[in-house]
Amino acid sequence: MKRLEAGAVIDGFLIGPCLHAGGMAHIYEVTYADAKPAAFPMVMKVPRMTSGDGAENIIGFEVEHQILQVLQGPHVPQFVAAGDLSALPFLVMEHIQGKTLQQVIDHYVENHSSASFAEIAQLGAAIARAAHSLHQQNTCHLDLKPANVLLHPDGHAVLLDFGLSCHAHFPDLLAEELRKAIGSPTWIAPEQVVGVRGDPRSDIFAIGVMLYELATSELPFGNPTTQGGMRQRLWMDPPPPRQLRADIPTWLQEIILRCLHPQAALRYPSAAHLAFDLEHSDQVRITARGQQTKGTSFWVHFKRWLQAAGMHYHPSPLPSQQIDEVPIVMVALPHHDVRDDTLYALKQAVARSLGIRPGARLAVITVISPHQSSTSDDDSSETTLHRQYLTMQRQWAQGLDLEQHQCSFHVLESGDVAEALLRYAQGNQVNMIVMGAATHGVQMQRVMAPVPIKVAMEAPCTVILVKQTLPFAKL
Amino acid sequence: MRLALLSDVHGNLHALDACIAHAKEEGATKFAVLGDLVGYGAFPAQVVERCQQMYFAGNVVLRGNHEEMLKACHAHGSTSVNHAGTAHHASSQNNTLGTQTTAWTYAQLTPAQRYWLETLPMTALDEKVAMVHASFDAPEQWRYVEDERVANMSLDAACANTDVRYVFGGHVHHQSLYYRGTGRQLMSFKPTAGIAIPTPSHRRWLATIGSVGQPRDGDTRAMYALLDTTSEKLTFHRIAYDHMAAAQGIRKAGLPEFFASRLETGR
Repeated sequence: MKRLEAGAVIDGFLIGPCLHAGGMAHIYEVTYADAKPAAFPMVMKVPRMTSGDGAENIIGFEVEHQILQVLQGPHVPQFVAAGDLSALPFLVMEHIQGKTLQQVIDHYVENHSSASFAEIAQLGAAIARAAHSLHQQNTCHLDLKPANVLLHPDGHAVLLDFGLSCHAHFPDLLAEELRKAIGSPTWIAPEQVVGVRGDPRSDIFAIGVMLYELATSELPFGNPTTQGGMRQRLWMDPPPPRQLRADIPTWLQEIILRCLHPQAALRYPSAAHLAFDLEHSDQVRITARGQQTKGTSFWVHFKRWLQAAGMHYHPSPLPSQQIDEVPIVMVALPHHDVRDDTLYALKQAVARSLGIRPGARLAVITVISPHQSSTSDDDSSETTLHRQYLTMQRQWAQGLDLEQHQCSFHVLESGDVAEALLRYAQGNQVNMIVMGAATHGVQMQRVMAPVPIKVAMEAPCTVILVKQTLPFAKL
Repeated sequence: MRLALLSDVHGNLHALDACIAHAKEEGATKFAVLGDLVGYGAFPAQVVERCQQMYFAGNVVLRGNHEEMLKACHAHGSTSVNHAGTAHHASSQNNTLGTQTTAWTYAQLTPAQRYWLETLPMTALDEKVAMVHASFDAPEQWRYVEDERVANMSLDAACANTDVRYVFGGHVHHQSLYYRGTGRQLMSFKPTAGIAIPTPSHRRWLATIGSVGQPRDGDTRAMYALLDTTSEKLTFHRIAYDHMAAAQGIRKAGLPEFFASRLETGR
């Protein structure tokens, strides 16, 4: 397709300056030709190829059209219009301000510097949240890379270019009976190499590659150009980041290597879990993987290489179903005016909720009021108080199966308990809140206390209100 | 055009009415019934009446193998009614049981209705849409479009007419969409009910639209599909209807118990 002249009108859109001339497409700023005000700034994406030039590229364009028009939320550009594919293919969508992650990386390279670890965690969490939002809509991006991640000035990430994506409710136009690798060689997940399309954990792998590059300025698997080069990641671990850069914290290496595990089942089970760890780096459970500074041994790789020979295509279950099976469960643990039987009932409810969901993770939350802590008094200083409540939480959690379930402990300060719980649930993609029906600073009442009612009504997820069994004294 | 595609009604008036009502609510402007109006179910005369009304109003009604079976009944002059009331679960007995319901069905219909059914067309074309009961390449063989290979033959035959972009059939009692990916062969896709699937007309599509009156996948709801030729989207629907009443009708008519319990369990 020839480059369009500024000032031309196509299907009611007035072409503005060309913002980007890539290998696959041109991006132009556009407005409505009849000067109708638009809800947001718009761009038009025009593929370089036309339907006459060859099928492959134009199919990616068709896939993007198919998927973009049904995706919603702040993590994707809004779809506006599309041109007839056989006559004049184009897509008009929301123009989102911001820098791509590639631009951020390039900036660091030019200045011979790198992002701080806190910044890397923040970027990673933003991308993971965006990916999770896509997975909840039954879509896997499958081509996540720095050029396709746009960072909005307010900090949230917007994902671009759905040309290789897969929506579980639509026929996959890129699939073929021979199941070839579809993706960008640097970021492609092992299962994508053997043709699996539709596993949300493929996107987690790609995020791992980006985090690795941000932390070490190296690519974990290089930039392979052959099928064999791409197959390497079916069995090979990359050099641990701390081998390349000794000051990388163990929590970051733990997170990165878990994302990059050759087996999807041993990565984070959902992008929400990944975002959770990145946001609570002090709570990451560090294993030998996080500490190692030497590469994986020849024998481990050799054994994996033998196993990898058997890796082949298999269909994926619905993404939304996959991530539903590994929920983040949050329990609100009261800290005063609470009886043992209430705590016991809460623990029973949490154990039951986790028991039927092997990959679920638990967040234990206690909300204390800000005036409880003071900076002057030693006994009630912020850290002392927090430590005291964290100890109480850990005691409570004893006996829960924390081997099978990741667990973290959090003390929040807020004057409005319900609001604090709701904000936490919202911000961390919590799937289920477990709380007492008559706790949280209110003595047992005949009617339900206002805090549980507010949480139950406004929560973005399921809420389980636990009633205590008979007081122990009466048993 | 919003084309509602219904097939394999099998004398199930409750299911047919529920699907028609749903399609009208969804703004259907045209209807097509792709054969097997009768057989198994207890309300063949009423179903034929409904379909005749649609047919004479300019909608499509095609002949299926169960209409063809009436012809055979006619040839043998058989009008005997078999009241086998015992439960049968083996599907291998389907054929003999099917024959029993054919004789009963034959007796329920007027000669004029039978004549109309027996002389219905086997295929229909409507702009970009080709319709058939089974497979387009050999409609009279009632071949089951059950895999990519048979779907390919049906699609190729229909697309000999270069305008055709959509091929619809029934007969197999389940909903599938066949399309060409980047490879040479067709790919099959299992649709989710109620999701509008983009089916742009620069591609060629084949769909089996499922059965209105006798689902067999463990879901009791009736199946039909709706094609919007303007937005080029195809939606497969599953519609809840009073399947207990339809099953009760089969028992009251004295037809084999198997067909009644089949509607109650969707298997």
